[in-house]
Amino acid sequence: MSEALQNEILPLEIEELTFEAGGKRLIKEVTHKFRAGPRTVILGPNGAGKSLLLRLCHGLLKPASGKIRWCGAAADDPARHQAMVFQRPVMLRRTVAANIDYALSLRGMDRDARKVRVEKMLESTGLSRLANSPARVLSFGEQQKLALARAWAVKPRVLFLDEPTASLDPAATHAIEDVIDAIHKAGTRIIMTTHDLGQARRIADEVLFMHRGRLLESSPADAFFERPEDEQARAFIHGELLWWDQPETRLQ
Amino acid sequence: MNDFSSAFTAALSLLASGDADLAEIIALSLQVSLGAVFIATCIGMPLGAATALYKFPGRRTVVVILNALMGLPPVVVGLIVYLLLSRMGPFGVLGLLFTPTAMVFAQVILIVPIIAALSRQIVEDLWREYDEQLRSLGAGPLRCMATLLWDGRFSLLTAVLAGFGRASAEVGAVMIVGGNIDHVTRVMTTSIALEVSKGNLAMALGLGMVLIVLSLAINGSAFLLKESGLRKHA
Ligand SMILES: Nc1ncnc2c1ncn2[C@@H]1O[C@H](COP(=O)(O)OP(=O)(O)OP(=O)(O)O)[C@@H](O)[C@H]1O
Ligand SMILES: [Mg+2]
Repeated sequence: MSEALQNEILPLEIEELTFEAGGKRLIKEVTHKFRAGPRTVILGPNGAGKSLLLRLCHGLLKPASGKIRWCGAAADDPARHQAMVFQRPVMLRRTVAANIDYALSLRGMDRDARKVRVEKMLESTGLSRLANSPARVLSFGEQQKLALARAWAVKPRVLFLDEPTASLDPAATHAIEDVIDAIHKAGTRIIMTTHDLGQARRIADEVLFMHRGRLLESSPADAFFERPEDEQARAFIHGELLWWDQPETRLQ
Repeated sequence: MNDFSSAFTAALSLLASGDADLAEIIALSLQVSLGAVFIATCIGMPLGAATALYKFPGRRTVVVILNALMGLPPVVVGLIVYLLLSRMGPFGVLGLLFTPTAMVFAQVILIVPIIAALSRQIVEDLWREYDEQLRSLGAGPLRCMATLLWDGRFSLLTAVLAGFGRASAEVGAVMIVGGNIDHVTRVMTTSIALEVSKGNLAMALGLGMVLIVLSLAINGSAFLLKESGLRKHA
């Protein structure tokens, strides 16, 4: 078996997934199957539950009910084969290189192999000249790149990205998208959220549309952008869906 | 006032002369307090971090006890350690009473709660920030603790300093378990108390000045270290 197949944890099946916090039901009966291959972009207005869904899938939150099932050959230890970049990445109080090295050491990689891998990651993300800077003084965009590099370094099969380019300038956004593209081409399954419709069009193979904790539509990207089935998805694409709108009244 | 200025001059000349007794007392003081701080840090920091990170049975009790123990009167600690180490006590056979080891022991008890309680607060705050990120990276409980202690190192210096401040300033515990024996267990604070009672104000004031200068120097350098570290790693 090839390395990729041995490490395969996909497909990921989520079934009737529900999450509650603070007495509120924030994710409501979400069912979906993430197959190996395509890039998934989760769209939806603020507060739709996108970040919560990613964290549930990544195993950081426990669902109130429903199932999260990894079905691949390496599914007995799915945590080892996934990584996540948070909406607000946390940099450890160490240098840039040490941040990546830390992630690798947690995967039990030996020192020499780590060194090579760290350098490769820094190069691929254009951070080489910052290798020895303290990570927390980097600009926001540089920190996003570092977060990507750190997550990618462990060669995850699945990479969750929560708004990886929020509040970045166009050039930085472009750079990050290039890195995401490289990660995808290297065989890592991308599951991400974004508010940037242009970015969704550029990246997505598959689109999930969420609103108020529900998954309202999942379609191939082309179909989604051409003729979304869900009325609110249509409104969202046209920039007309506001999170404070009452979906019930809209539909009537 | 006259008393003070003459004592002050005498103290300065005593210091300048490099009095051997004085040097011995200062050295022993540092040895005892720094030793106690070192040991208490090794115990208190992991203890504080563990109470911040892990949900174990009795955790809240530990937290309450640690906080309550922060304000222990040194003389009471001294008394308890005295009872433990006295010939009739459970550890009497060790023959530790009136030795520097006993003084270190008493000071460790005195400052472990301080270092643990302050560390707990610092680690808890850091954990709130790091929690999901570390779990996502795949860090287990022990690794999380090590990471938080390391990443909190500059803030944690404050906890160590607080411990050192208390250890170097207290007189009650070392007096009782050390006995203030000349050339054996005489440290700065106990000998200040003794010299004052003997009316030897020059020696007392000289020691007092050294104590303050040492404390300033140690706190000052730790402060600079902490500031530069925090600035660097934001
Ligand atoms: N721990 C929590 N307790 C209570 N409510 C929460 C908690 N976490 C999230 N929420 C709520 O759940 C909803 C969904 O949050 P989530 O962060 O998933 O939104 P999102 O789709 O990622 O939004 P954005 O696009 O703004 O990032 C929000 O209304 C948020 O206020
Ligand atoms: Mg979000």
